[in-house]
Amino acid sequence: MKGKIILPLTGDAASRYVPWFIAFMVWLAVLALGAVLILSAHTEQWRNDLTGNLTIQVPVHGEETNPETEEDLNYVLSLLRDIPEIASAEEIPRDRVIKLLIPWLGREITSGPFLLPIPRIISVKIKPKVNLDVERLWERLNKKISGVQVDDHQVWLAKLFALTDLIEGIAFIILLLVSIACVATVIFATRTSLNIHSHLIDLLHIIGARDEFVAHQFCRYAMSLGFKGGLLGICMGIATFFVIDLLASEASSSFIIPLTLSLSQWACITAISLVTPAISAITSWVTVLKVLSRVM
Amino acid sequence: MFSGAEVIKFQNVGLRYGLGPEILQDISLQLEEGSFHFLTGASGAGKSSLLRLMYLAHQPSRGLISLFGQDVATTPRRELPALRRKVGVVFQDFRLIDHLTALENVALPLQISGTSENEIKSNVSELLDWVGLSGQMDNRPPILSGGQKQRVAIARAVITRPKLLLADEPTGNVDDRIARRLMHLFEELNKIGTTIVLATHNKTLVNDFIYPRLHLQKGSLHIYKSGEYNWKAELGHEELS
Repeated sequence: MKGKIILPLTGDAASRYVPWFIAFMVWLAVLALGAVLILSAHTEQWRNDLTGNLTIQVPVHGEETNPETEEDLNYVLSLLRDIPEIASAEEIPRDRVIKLLIPWLGREITSGPFLLPIPRIISVKIKPKVNLDVERLWERLNKKISGVQVDDHQVWLAKLFALTDLIEGIAFIILLLVSIACVATVIFATRTSLNIHSHLIDLLHIIGARDEFVAHQFCRYAMSLGFKGGLLGICMGIATFFVIDLLASEASSSFIIPLTLSLSQWACITAISLVTPAISAITSWVTVLKVLSRVM
Repeated sequence: MFSGAEVIKFQNVGLRYGLGPEILQDISLQLEEGSFHFLTGASGAGKSSLLRLMYLAHQPSRGLISLFGQDVATTPRRELPALRRKVGVVFQDFRLIDHLTALENVALPLQISGTSENEIKSNVSELLDWVGLSGQMDNRPPILSGGQKQRVAIARAVITRPKLLLADEPTGNVDDRIARRLMHLFEELNKIGTTIVLATHNKTLVNDFIYPRLHLQKGSLHIYKSGEYNWKAELGHEELS
């Protein structure tokens, strides 16, 4: 009889739906946490890709093959290669530039009435751990060639980070709301069970049970409910990720980031299934002790 | 038989439920260690309410109650379980837990006080055997008869050898033979120092076992020493069936 649940909590209608509710909340939490982890990983990758890189646009003069344009391009390349802080400066081939632009501007940019003057693009790599004055470089280039643009991607990165910060913020608010909803549900179920079994709790008190003994009964049951709900929610969340990933890979769009997570990130997500029993147990324990402290 | 140490002391205790009339009025009593008292009175006289005050299920509306020398009103809530563990209670409606077996019901006080599994099993089996329920150990209360439930309830109350045993109609659902056997169990407990208060309607029992009587009438308490009272003349015949 050691460890036997004395209070018949398993039959309570109020607690019957708690695992399902927790499962739904955990599912939301998994999606929110997964989105944040994927986004954080890709943001970091984008940051690493763009840090230490410059893109320089050299405007074209009329026809693409205009010798003046070639002259400007060569000037810029030679100037860049003479700067000690710069590791390399290479022109991005026109075909590749067009390929990169097609998803944004459509196929008509290379032919037909929408033919656009595409600038010559130079990709510059800066040596690691050196500080290049981008402003000064722009001034030097513009002295010779008007309209040269130097892009260190900081504006784009800043907007990207602001967006990811916003998404992370929203995700953490979702996590917080989900946690609050779980706690509120467990409090409600515990209070209802306390009312249902008040005659048995009264009996246990008369026999000499401490509040902690009663709380332990509720705590163990809440932990099992939290574990069931957590496990179900995690399974639902993982299944959802696989379905989204499958649909995304079928769409094969370059705008959709792959929904791949590292082992540690999966561990972080599955840890929710350990957090829910803990939250449920602690909430139940505190609720029981608080309610019982008001009776004799 | 009495050793003199005070087990229960009531001083001008009154009890009312909500805004209703006072169920118990100015109850003053002092029960010494090793004493045995019957608690009598007509239905609704307040016997169960008085017992509830004694086993600390209620607080009085007024007056002072002390249990084992401790003023209940000033005892910190955390210390009440320790006091309650010294008290065994037999309820009129048994209050057994339906989903636990007879053995588990009886073992409950020991489980609560943290007694080892082996000790629980041997003690409980022995006691259930003594009250004639050795064949019902694994049965649950819903399939036990009224008398069997009564005996399980009594076994649960005495399993910890309490210093004070409060029994509300403990022989109400058993035949005379079992009733006498249970009374002898209470007497055995009393001999080893347990103070006993036994609420009953059973006139034969009160007549056959000569113990002092606490009699409740209209919320007031009258205390009679053994053999001191006369049923018909003093209290009327109607209060005992």
